[in-house]
Amino acid sequence: MSNNQDENNLTGSNISGEKRTNNILGDRIFRIVLTLCATLILVIVAAMIAVMTQSSWLSIKEFGFGFLTGQNWDPIKGEFGALPFIYGTLVSAILALLIATPISVGVAVFLVEQAPKKLARPMAFLVELLAAIPSVVYGLWAIFVLAPLLRVYVQPFLQQTLGFLPFFKGTANGIGMMSGGIILAIMITPIITAVVRDVLEAVPVTQREAALALGATRWETTKIVLANANSGIAGAIVLGLGRAIGETMAITMIIGNRPEISLSLFDPGYTIASVIANEFTEATGDLYLSALIEMGLILFLVTFIVNGLAKLLILSVARQTAQSH
Amino acid sequence: MDKRRLTNSIMTTLTAACAFGVITVLILVLGYIAFQGISSLSWQFLVQTPKPVGEGGGIGNAIVGSLILLGLASLVGIPLGIAIGTYLAEMGDGWFGTIVRFVADTMIGIPSIVFGVFVYAVVVLQQGYFSTLAGAVTLALIMIPIVTRTTEEMVRLVPKSMREGALALGAPQWRVTKDIVIPAAMTGIATGAMLAVARVLGETAPLLFTAFGSRFYNIYLDEPMASLTVQIYNYAISPFEEWHAKAWAATLVLVTLILFINIIVRFLTRQKY
Repeated sequence: MSNNQDENNLTGSNISGEKRTNNILGDRIFRIVLTLCATLILVIVAAMIAVMTQSSWLSIKEFGFGFLTGQNWDPIKGEFGALPFIYGTLVSAILALLIATPISVGVAVFLVEQAPKKLARPMAFLVELLAAIPSVVYGLWAIFVLAPLLRVYVQPFLQQTLGFLPFFKGTANGIGMMSGGIILAIMITPIITAVVRDVLEAVPVTQREAALALGATRWETTKIVLANANSGIAGAIVLGLGRAIGETMAITMIIGNRPEISLSLFDPGYTIASVIANEFTEATGDLYLSALIEMGLILFLVTFIVNGLAKLLILSVARQTAQSH
Repeated sequence: MDKRRLTNSIMTTLTAACAFGVITVLILVLGYIAFQGISSLSWQFLVQTPKPVGEGGGIGNAIVGSLILLGLASLVGIPLGIAIGTYLAEMGDGWFGTIVRFVADTMIGIPSIVFGVFVYAVVVLQQGYFSTLAGAVTLALIMIPIVTRTTEEMVRLVPKSMREGALALGAPQWRVTKDIVIPAAMTGIATGAMLAVARVLGETAPLLFTAFGSRFYNIYLDEPMASLTVQIYNYAISPFEEWHAKAWAATLVLVTLILFINIIVRFLTRQKY
């Protein structure tokens, strides 16, 4: 509002002295308003930590650190232990990373180092589109396409060939940790790919030219580029990890939602995000709700740290290449 | 062919296979949605409210609900994001700007469900009921950091010479930013805002316990509100085949909207660069 006033004064026939004061005042107001907006983002994050800590205090006081190691989740008895959920979150995320990392790096290398520009641009767009598809849509697809596919073809095959491993025991029913990991992998692939592409593009062309001039093949040149970009690639992977940990809908619909710790990837599991999505609206009793909010707080803190780490790793590459220019 | 050349061709083939494989997955997912969704799509489906199994019903209220939630969230999230992004680009090079930038960037990666938990504690618990307001606030919180980042990037792309030219003509800083820099970056800022809209249009988890969902047309801020995504989820996890078909049709609508926005954005940014 006050900006408008200043504008009116400006366009009027003021003498220059008054105009100058208005300009200085305008600048000052402008700066204050924008700074307040910027401060708001810090206030939001601080409020999130404060509110979620306060709302989960009941559970924090009751269980302490035992919350993280407790294996029982029994709302009726009032026992709340987060370990099965932490396990499910970590295993599904790691599984997703194991699948998504090599593929994403492969896609990024192809798009940046090998494909002709005309092909690379539309292909990059299509890969990015994968990230635009909502989580609930992946969930739907996973229930009706991925799970039957795994149940009928993939899991029986794995059982026959690698069934002696503890990971492939139990009944193959499609819904479970393996499907969860695969759907997460599909969802984080475009994210990891995008960052790796940026990182590869930041490596100076001179390095490639030098390698090629020395007689290196395309792939050998790529290896040198990758070696130079490795902390950025690590950042991309960590970023993917953060996404996989926090992904909710798709995994809730496919992982089976049973709070059990089982080595077998065929068995159902449960993640932190899923238990919040499933049980939040039906949480009766303060302690139950408090325990679920503590889950939210854990998710917040873990992803905040993971993402911060990813950002630092990616930044370090940007700095490196800026120096070498 | 010697060993080095052979390795080279094998690796080139492998990376190409990765790229084409990922795109195949995209086509499989989209193709399956189109194939399954199109058969249940009808005018009735698009305007009716959900009904019990066997009686038809549709997603009319969910479409309206999603639009209202998005509109309200954009009203708050987009201007705030633009303001913060402008701050970061124009005066954010000090320590304070660095902190804000770091926090905003990190916020982008915070799972959306956490925002839902936060708003549940702040709004829903205090008021005692699920509401449109709570859903819109949640979506706005998710939008702010996304718009902030794209705005900062776009504003930074505006050449320094344009700022210097305006300043040299005697314009004050705030007018340079408002009348020269922001308009110059407007296409970029708008596309960033559209991407943020597309992103929250697909949000489900944080709406489950803020806007909650509803079976009726609703325009009130203090009542539960339906959304496309929550409706898809409810249809999808039901045991009824008829509802599964509805889930696919609703998904087709949702994905079409989101892809449409993404393709427009692509078109706009392509023209510019």
